[in-house]
Amino acid sequence: MLEFKNVTFKYDEDDYEMLHDLSFQVRDGEFISLIGASGCGKSTIFRLITKLLNPSSGSITVSGRDIRAQKNYAGYMPQKDLLFPWRTIEKNLYLPMEIQKVPKNLMSEKAQEVLKEVGLLDYRDKYPKDLSGGMRQRISFARTLLTSSDLLLLDEPFSALDSLTRMDMQEWLLSQWEHFHKTIMFITHDVEEAIFLSKRIYLITETPIRKLTVVDVPLEYPRTRSQLKNPDIIDLKEQLICRLRKQVSPQ
Amino acid sequence: MKKNLPAMIFVFILLILWQAGAMGMNAAYILPSPIQIIKKLWELRVPLFSVHLPATMTITLIGLLISIVLGLFLAVIMDLNETIEKALYPIIIASQTIPTTAIAPLFVLWFGYGIWSKILVTILITFFPITITVYDGFKSTKREMEELLISFGASKKDIFIKLKWPTALPYFFSAIKMAIPLSIIGAAIGEWLGAQKGLGYFSRRMMTQLDGAGVFAPIVLLSVAAMVIVALVGILEKIMIKWRQEL
Repeated sequence: MLEFKNVTFKYDEDDYEMLHDLSFQVRDGEFISLIGASGCGKSTIFRLITKLLNPSSGSITVSGRDIRAQKNYAGYMPQKDLLFPWRTIEKNLYLPMEIQKVPKNLMSEKAQEVLKEVGLLDYRDKYPKDLSGGMRQRISFARTLLTSSDLLLLDEPFSALDSLTRMDMQEWLLSQWEHFHKTIMFITHDVEEAIFLSKRIYLITETPIRKLTVVDVPLEYPRTRSQLKNPDIIDLKEQLICRLRKQVSPQ
Repeated sequence: MKKNLPAMIFVFILLILWQAGAMGMNAAYILPSPIQIIKKLWELRVPLFSVHLPATMTITLIGLLISIVLGLFLAVIMDLNETIEKALYPIIIASQTIPTTAIAPLFVLWFGYGIWSKILVTILITFFPITITVYDGFKSTKREMEELLISFGASKKDIFIKLKWPTALPYFFSAIKMAIPLSIIGAAIGEWLGAQKGLGYFSRRMMTQLDGAGVFAPIVLLSVAAMVIVALVGILEKIMIKWRQEL
């Protein structure tokens, strides 16, 4: 689905590389998490995939084709919901479709379908300020879905939510993933969140990033929170935290 | 209405003090009382409302309209192109250091006593806050939102229409509300310097006749006109940016 081949990248203002000859793959329909300490380059990887940044060498392909020759191959969901305050909920959902020049009647049909799916159909004529943080993130996710891309990039989407809403949203996201069969790449710095959600965890342990350490999560879907109490999982969590902390501690 | 009550009471007290002071001083050619001014307004209602008010409003509205178009144009091209911004921005700022009242006689010299010399004074005072405020509005666009649109595949035009313009719209309305009194001041200054009609001209003529109430009457009228136009724009703003209420 997504492949990085020997990608190297450096910010103009830095004198060190952020990514060095990095290669990795994400398989079709997978839910993977990308974790690492803050500032390690997680978001840089997303910005390379969305073409906001260009690699200095190497290539990135989605479904076997170079992204430079493609449009609408990835839907990006930012950390903040970034709903436009002057647009109603429904009109916010139109945004990616308006840019893709989807005909108007089709836009409204698709938006309603997705609104029903995320359980917020009654709010379609409201403005973002009328919604709670969790609802806004659901709308933001719905907007990402409406880019019609099979690859969804979620950049710490729940980090600003309170812990109860956050748990709800994690469960909700899994159900959405099972329903829509998308490939999801999820950035987080919360190890438990990564374990609960993803099939595999891609660990960033160094800068510049030369490789991602892949850890399989030994749990089947659908998942429940009680599985997190499983001794193997607690072990895994400890291990991951340990590795991440090594990176943070001063060398 | 309720929240304006303290302000209204305060204004009422000031008016009473003014009235008392003016009556005590008893020199209407220097300080006419509010009642004298209202009487004067009533006496002069025909020339004021049929000749002078329309003349000043014509200048104000034409000047304001041109300033809006010019201000928007400058703000947009400065936002689109950095070189243009670097070339224009300092000049626009510098244009505000020109003492308008001092060079206004030049406009009369160049464009005569007709309405264009006054419109020019109006534009010179008014276009600046519009340009700068709207430009700031464009600049206040959130970078993250722009990137989100780019990730959706948006063109520069999409970003302008769907993001920058709506972001700048509240700024645009503030700019117009700021520009209205300025454009009225501009028109009045223009008329002071040389005109055959208009409230500024009328006020000055009354001065030469030492008619204090006559000087004040057109000024009151100018203030009321400014307040009415600002209120109308405020209503338009409420209709156009519904989402902003209760924020």
